[in-house]
Amino acid sequence: MTTYTSATDADRREMLETIGVESVDALFADIPAALRLDRPLALPAGMSEQEVYEHLRGLAARNVSAEDEITFLGAGMYDHYVPALIDSIIQRSEFLTPYTPYQPEISQGGLQVMFEYQTAISELTGLPVSNASVYEGPSAVGAAGYLAKLTNGRGKVLASRGVHPHSRETLTTLARGYGQQIVELPLRDGVTDLDALIAALDEDVSAVVLQQPNFLGAIEDVAELAAAAKRVGALVICACDPIPLGILAPPGTVGVDIAVGEGQTLGNRLDFGGPSFGFFAATQQLLRKMPGRIAGETTDVDGRRGFVLTLQTREQHIRREKATSNICTSQALNALAGVIYLSWLGRRGLVELGELLVARTAYAREQLRALDGVSALHEQPVVREFAVALDVPDVGRVIERVVADGINPGYALGCDYPEHANGLLVALTERRTRADIDRLADALGRAVAAERAAAGATVGARA
Amino acid sequence: MSAADQQLARGILGIPLQRDPVLTIYERSQEGRRAFSAPPLDVPARALDELLPAHLRRAEEAKLPEVSEPEIVRHYNRLSKRNFDLDTGFYPLGSCTMKHNPKLHERVASMPGNARLHPLQDPARAQGALELMYNLQGALGEIAGLPHVSLQPSAGSHGELAGVLLTRAYHEDRGEHRTKVLTPDTAHGTNPATVTMAGYEVVKVGTNADGGVDVDDLRAKADASVACLMLTNPSTLGLFDPNIAEIAEIVHGVGATLYYDGANLNAIMGITRPGDMGFDIVHFNLHKSFTQPHGGGGPGSGPIAVSDRIEPYIPRPQVIRRTGSANGGPANNGAAIAFDLDYERPKSIGRLRGFQGNYGVFVRSYAYICSLGAEGLREASETAVLNANYLLALLKRAGVAEYLPVAYDRVCMHEFVLSGAAMKRELGIRTLDLAKRLLDHGFHPPTVYFPLLVDEALLLEPTETETKETLEAFADVVAEILREAKDDPEIARNAPYTTPVRRLDEAGAAKRPVIRQPL
Repeated sequence: MTTYTSATDADRREMLETIGVESVDALFADIPAALRLDRPLALPAGMSEQEVYEHLRGLAARNVSAEDEITFLGAGMYDHYVPALIDSIIQRSEFLTPYTPYQPEISQGGLQVMFEYQTAISELTGLPVSNASVYEGPSAVGAAGYLAKLTNGRGKVLASRGVHPHSRETLTTLARGYGQQIVELPLRDGVTDLDALIAALDEDVSAVVLQQPNFLGAIEDVAELAAAAKRVGALVICACDPIPLGILAPPGTVGVDIAVGEGQTLGNRLDFGGPSFGFFAATQQLLRKMPGRIAGETTDVDGRRGFVLTLQTREQHIRREKATSNICTSQALNALAGVIYLSWLGRRGLVELGELLVARTAYAREQLRALDGVSALHEQPVVREFAVALDVPDVGRVIERVVADGINPGYALGCDYPEHANGLLVALTERRTRADIDRLADALGRAVAAERAAAGATVGARA
Repeated sequence: MSAADQQLARGILGIPLQRDPVLTIYERSQEGRRAFSAPPLDVPARALDELLPAHLRRAEEAKLPEVSEPEIVRHYNRLSKRNFDLDTGFYPLGSCTMKHNPKLHERVASMPGNARLHPLQDPARAQGALELMYNLQGALGEIAGLPHVSLQPSAGSHGELAGVLLTRAYHEDRGEHRTKVLTPDTAHGTNPATVTMAGYEVVKVGTNADGGVDVDDLRAKADASVACLMLTNPSTLGLFDPNIAEIAEIVHGVGATLYYDGANLNAIMGITRPGDMGFDIVHFNLHKSFTQPHGGGGPGSGPIAVSDRIEPYIPRPQVIRRTGSANGGPANNGAAIAFDLDYERPKSIGRLRGFQGNYGVFVRSYAYICSLGAEGLREASETAVLNANYLLALLKRAGVAEYLPVAYDRVCMHEFVLSGAAMKRELGIRTLDLAKRLLDHGFHPPTVYFPLLVDEALLLEPTETETKETLEAFADVVAEILREAKDDPEIARNAPYTTPVRRLDEAGAAKRPVIRQPL
């Protein structure tokens, strides 16, 4: 049952007559009978719009979202406030429903948005060349690895253990195809170990991959690490959280050649992990090997200012097997949300937001580490996320207790970092107030105490 | 009545005229203006130097625009009016399946339980999302005729990459080292580009006189060094390859996998299934057949369906349903886990991206499948094919066919290819000129200059959601443009005239790239 088509029985008859066939079935004559599906698809019958709405509402009601609890979950995606004007603009048909702007004369809106977006990303990253977006964060790290391989052809990539586990795994998946070895660099005191980097560097290192802030929330001294990488001619790739870039040194000014990152925090909702967008910026030398769409400014035959997709000789639809990437669809609508968000924050707002996060995060870190059985997992400076160690046998049980109080305390690090089996990663956004932080500290303190008492009791009983 | 007046009479509107001087958001910036007000500092103030050493900090603010909310709204609303879009008019862009994007989908995707759900939420407290994904996996598997589905890839090209990496893992697991991947010369550009990224050599397979795979050429090139054949069926010519069973036999005979590029799935839903044709791996474009709005170039989503032999290698995590008391014990908040994320997949190729994929797209596509059901999906494909053949019949009439003959004169599937070679020769206008003149009539042009095999190609895909009247109006306009060109080809050569800008200097843009605003 479909109400999205409008062919009436009369239409069908007339159309078949014009085509000169007896039936719709005759149009499928090329499909051998043996390959025809001789039964209906085993799917439920169609539903009316309101039935579908109710079904989907029922499913959504079984999710506990950031609307339902005070969440300190981060680890790559963050519950920032998305201003209402973004919904209003990105839901406009003119942005929501066009295809990629292959006909620039009737796509100036989308193309100019790309140009404005590229400008904003260049400002944030301090790198002159930005594409119009890629899929999302971790695959952007993978794409950066491929760009390094195309650029210098070397065999190895050194990836800091501070890089998001999903990014490291994605890089490994892709590198198995294009043939690079991924070597992990350890952390020391919460940040990438410079000595280990220096020891691992040689002439076969294609790129060094860092993350800022790193997965444990710590601010890396990217300049120092990049300088070491440069001594063997390796490219420096840095995955960045764009919100802290309002106050942190832009990657382009501290030796980074390719800055990528997850764009969700820029005006995109959580959406259980996507769609969002990945940003991808690089030095001028890498321009003609960049993946993805790039918009450029030009003029029309009457001298009017306009925008087009440019440098397309990098791309799959022109260069085919010689393309610098296979990417086709990118994330135009999500990138639009990103540039609107950055315009909404504005020049001062991005700084103010960063400073607010630094202050609240410092407060939260102090409140939590003051609790019995809670200590800092590292002492590095942080912006919006920090890690603590809980002196309990099972972090998962502490999280359960805090969740029961209506608070999601954060991400259990043990899933990805066995060496931090008792670690908890706590993230802040401007939505988490001091009152929320105080509630977290209270609930976490009680939960840790209860778990320690239970563990002590067990030990006591055994004794 | 002119064709344009006829269109108006039919209620088909042209592109809104928007020709004001263009300013960027940066050029609207004035020092001191703002839209954002920061929440109050409710924690003790601390000197930034104390928390974040100066050498790690930015010396100079990022030069973002300084604008008020009303200016932002007006700026982007005005920009939107410089876009043509599917909700406004006919968009017969071949291979892109520009079908209606139901409005319900935006509403359900925006429910807070979906939109504000954190991807790392405990699966026990994301059961609705996981059930939706599980159901979508099942539905896509049924449509493909292949039992295992991974929703993770972010787009068709990403699904292709997954498919070729799966092929690599499959062969390596069997101790086989293969170096080549075959693609037809009609393939989408993403196919050969993917092959290179996945570390294989591209070998092209020719096309026979009927527009299908040249089976003899395939047989000659298929050997133990071939890992995979990537195929679109119906092909990019809009033709179903009746030799598909033989093709599958040849490919499987040398131990290679058969990959299905799902860009053209809209022709066959509920009619025939790639799995039944012998394909091992299929990707779907949820932004094509399954109505995710294209967004001006994304987001999309490119799930894959695979056969049993490929299943061990699919990306992780995978959404699974836990059954029985052994695994279905109470979760950490006491609720039973029915649906879960399975990471224990030792042979998996690993992740292709973060988290679980483009869930917001899954919500829309799932809503679509629920709305249509088995019968509706079949009806959608049947109508897509009917509409394509009707439009083809209209364009085969005198006044058009002599200038724009169909490249392969057969019953087509959901799309078809015309060649503009005769038009260029006889009337002195190129396919590009016809495309640009269509803009003046309020239509998005077809895909042009693809497939590469056909000289001056136009690839037309009307989709099932267009009315008969729209197809007729389009055919009339094509005829009128050709008539007009016969009298005066200069009109088309210099088109468009009514659009926000006219033809743009693309060569100049590429030669001296200006890709950001100097601030």
